[in-house]
Amino acid sequence: MGAVMGTFSSLQTKQRRPSKDIAWWYYQFQRDKIEDELEMTMVCHRPEGLEQLEAQTNFTKRELQVLYRGFKNECPSGVVNEETFKQIYAQFFPHGDASMYAHYLFHAFDTTQTGSVKFEDFVTALSILLRGTVHEKLRWTFNLYDINKDGYINKEEMMDIVKAIYDMMGKYTYPVLKEDTPRQHVDVFFQKMDKNKDGIVTLDEFLESCQEDDNIMRSLQLFQNVM
Amino acid sequence: MAAGVAAWLPFARAAAIGWMPVANCPMPLAPADKNKRQDELIVLNVSGRRFQTWRTTLERYPDTLLGSTEKEFFFNEDTKEYFFDRDPEVFRCVLNFYRTGKLHYPRYECISAYDDELAFYGILPEIIGDCCYEEYKDRKRENAERLMDDNDSENNQESMPSLSFRQTMWRAFENPHTSTLALVFYYVTGFFIAVSVITNVVETVPCGTVPGSKELPCGERYSVAFFCLDTACVMIFTVEYLLRLFAAPSRYRFIRSVMSIIDVVAIMPYYIGLVMTNNEDVSGAFVTLRVFRVFRIFKFSRHSQGLRILGYTLKSCASELGFLLFSLTMAIIIFATVMFYAEKGSSASKFTSIPASFWYTIVTMTTLGYGDMVPKTIAGKIFGSICSLSGVLVIALPVPVIVSNFSRIYHQNQRADKRRAQKKARLARIRVAKTGSSNAYLHSKRNGLLTEAMELMGTPEEGHVGKSTSLAESQHHHLLHCLEKTTNHEFIDEQMFEQNCMESSMQNYPSTRSPSLSSHPGLTTTCCSRRSKKTTHLPNSNLPATRLRSMQELSTIHIQGSEQPSLTTSRSSLNLKADDGLRPNCKTSQITTAIISIPTPPARSPEGESRPPPASPGPNTNIPSVASNVVKVSAL
Repeated sequence: MGAVMGTFSSLQTKQRRPSKDIAWWYYQFQRDKIEDELEMTMVCHRPEGLEQLEAQTNFTKRELQVLYRGFKNECPSGVVNEETFKQIYAQFFPHGDASMYAHYLFHAFDTTQTGSVKFEDFVTALSILLRGTVHEKLRWTFNLYDINKDGYINKEEMMDIVKAIYDMMGKYTYPVLKEDTPRQHVDVFFQKMDKNKDGIVTLDEFLESCQEDDNIMRSLQLFQNVM
Repeated sequence: MAAGVAAWLPFARAAAIGWMPVANCPMPLAPADKNKRQDELIVLNVSGRRFQTWRTTLERYPDTLLGSTEKEFFFNEDTKEYFFDRDPEVFRCVLNFYRTGKLHYPRYECISAYDDELAFYGILPEIIGDCCYEEYKDRKRENAERLMDDNDSENNQESMPSLSFRQTMWRAFENPHTSTLALVFYYVTGFFIAVSVITNVVETVPCGTVPGSKELPCGERYSVAFFCLDTACVMIFTVEYLLRLFAAPSRYRFIRSVMSIIDVVAIMPYYIGLVMTNNEDVSGAFVTLRVFRVFRIFKFSRHSQGLRILGYTLKSCASELGFLLFSLTMAIIIFATVMFYAEKGSSASKFTSIPASFWYTIVTMTTLGYGDMVPKTIAGKIFGSICSLSGVLVIALPVPVIVSNFSRIYHQNQRADKRRAQKKARLARIRVAKTGSSNAYLHSKRNGLLTEAMELMGTPEEGHVGKSTSLAESQHHHLLHCLEKTTNHEFIDEQMFEQNCMESSMQNYPSTRSPSLSSHPGLTTTCCSRRSKKTTHLPNSNLPATRLRSMQELSTIHIQGSEQPSLTTSRSSLNLKADDGLRPNCKTSQITTAIISIPTPPARSPEGESRPPPASPGPNTNIPSVASNVVKVSAL
């Protein structure tokens, strides 16, 4: 009896997992193998050469180096997926919920809709936003607002975007955020942008309205020398 | 904002372009990039080992030695490097913290050496990463216990005159090694417990015969002697109980504790016996009460650590034991039923009913085999043997499992408690850091307002309110400011939000012409429900009366003067004043500007209300409030 107890206690401590049958183990093995393969393909995307990127974008070599170092620090695999993107963006806005806006941003960055943003895409977009012409910036913003990428912005898309922006404010605001504040904001926006009052904003209407507005023009130049 | 993602700040700022067409108000100016130094490598020489890193890497944490100008004190002009005469091994961890944003604790390192190094470099240990935090805390606690033991053994030599008599007595009861008197008391009570238990046992032994009558137990033969012994023991126990009750720091808690219940149960039978000696009817019940005297043996658990541990593990294994009992009961019922029906046919069988068969099943399954009940039919014998075989399995199997469960659960409970305590602390840390970073923005906003207000009022005081924030911080704050402008709402902290909520709901009742607020019942109900949850926010004693009045002014203006209630903030004009050269384009700001200029002096008070630092106006200076330090260093 004592021997039985002894062996059982030693068995108990060694074997944490209950025994499963052969099929389960085989399945696990296969799954691990597949995961290994996936990891092999996922790891390490390397960007094109520095000279090429310098030619394609408006950044100098040094700036590209600084950008890449920050990029690689957060994403050692060389690509950003949406989750990481959201996490990074959320750290800048601790008050509220930045995930929806980050989602739309991600899809604006991910021009090829692959689900991951490589360094080239990242730098290209940044080059437009920070160093591009007004026209390019406005076109990029239009692309951001156009969620389904059909070339038109309708009220629902704008509602989503504005709601996402308001979500970033969080709960503790002054004055208190009301339910239809985003809706009113969108109405004001559409009043300004939609020239022919047909309920959608096309790229030309957008460009024209923005260029008429001094505030917008001035604020577009705000981040000119961010690097 | 984690330092690692400081490199992504340009991206976040670029993404703010998405807000620009949506915004109706102009954006604030970006902070000027004063010295655009090219990023350079700096050499850190730590006891001969050279580390190199970028200057911006170190500047991610401006509140530490390496991130601030304090490192200039260690600059060696001849070799153009920073020399630190410290341990290079620990410095590796410290530098990795700057690089990756995570501080690790190497297991081979001594805890006090590590703490010293962290203190030298100005890094708080709370930001150690999750992977190493548990280990760090364990080692720290062991160290603290060691220090406490050293202190205690020191203190045992000296007397502690500061404790009151009651506290010394309680200490003597709980820890008998503190003084000789306590030790004597401890042994005396132990001796009397033993005496009492032995008397209980001996008094039932038959004790030789008195000629002419049957054999008597000792208790009845020497009843006087036993009664005297019992009285003496009970008196000692009573005195001890009363003394403990007197000395206990929390009497209510003491009364509810297990040990005191055992004490009471141990001495009650004697007193009850004193009260009802002569009544023949209840003396039967009185006899059974004497059984409770055996509980005195449990008083030994105060004297034995092992008993206490056993009791605790039994308590924590209660579910396992319960399951064992349940499965045993199932097996017993099954076999008893089978045996009953198998033996039903045989004559003069002892298996008269299923409950009667229970006894047989239990005796057989535990391999006792008394032999008072045996099956006679063949079927009965077959099932009887199956019963005894399965008894071995059913009983022998769970017992070692339970034994190992004891040790496993015991250790697991310890670890789970540890982790729970650490988790609470860590979540609190993270929450503090998170609110810290949002509060940092609110603070810098107020600081900016304050400096502007002071300049406007023409006071030539020190404009320097607190430490200047790093460039990354100011850019981050500018980004948040742009978001405020886009949505036309401002960030405030939780307390002010509550106040605003309450005031707006207060305003709601008297003023009937406030369509903006009353048309949103959902909002006010959430406000009011929040108010009922939080108890004391209205009587905010730090708040000077002028501030409350000014808030009411602002809110009344808000109600009366605005046609588009959602788009105007009367406070935004205050911000606009701070911005140079931008004329307000928002509609109703013209109405509110004139009135706002009066309450600007009370704008000082926000510092007093939300953050404690009373003395200096800058909450970012080196005030010994850990929370603000954690904000800077952990930089979440």
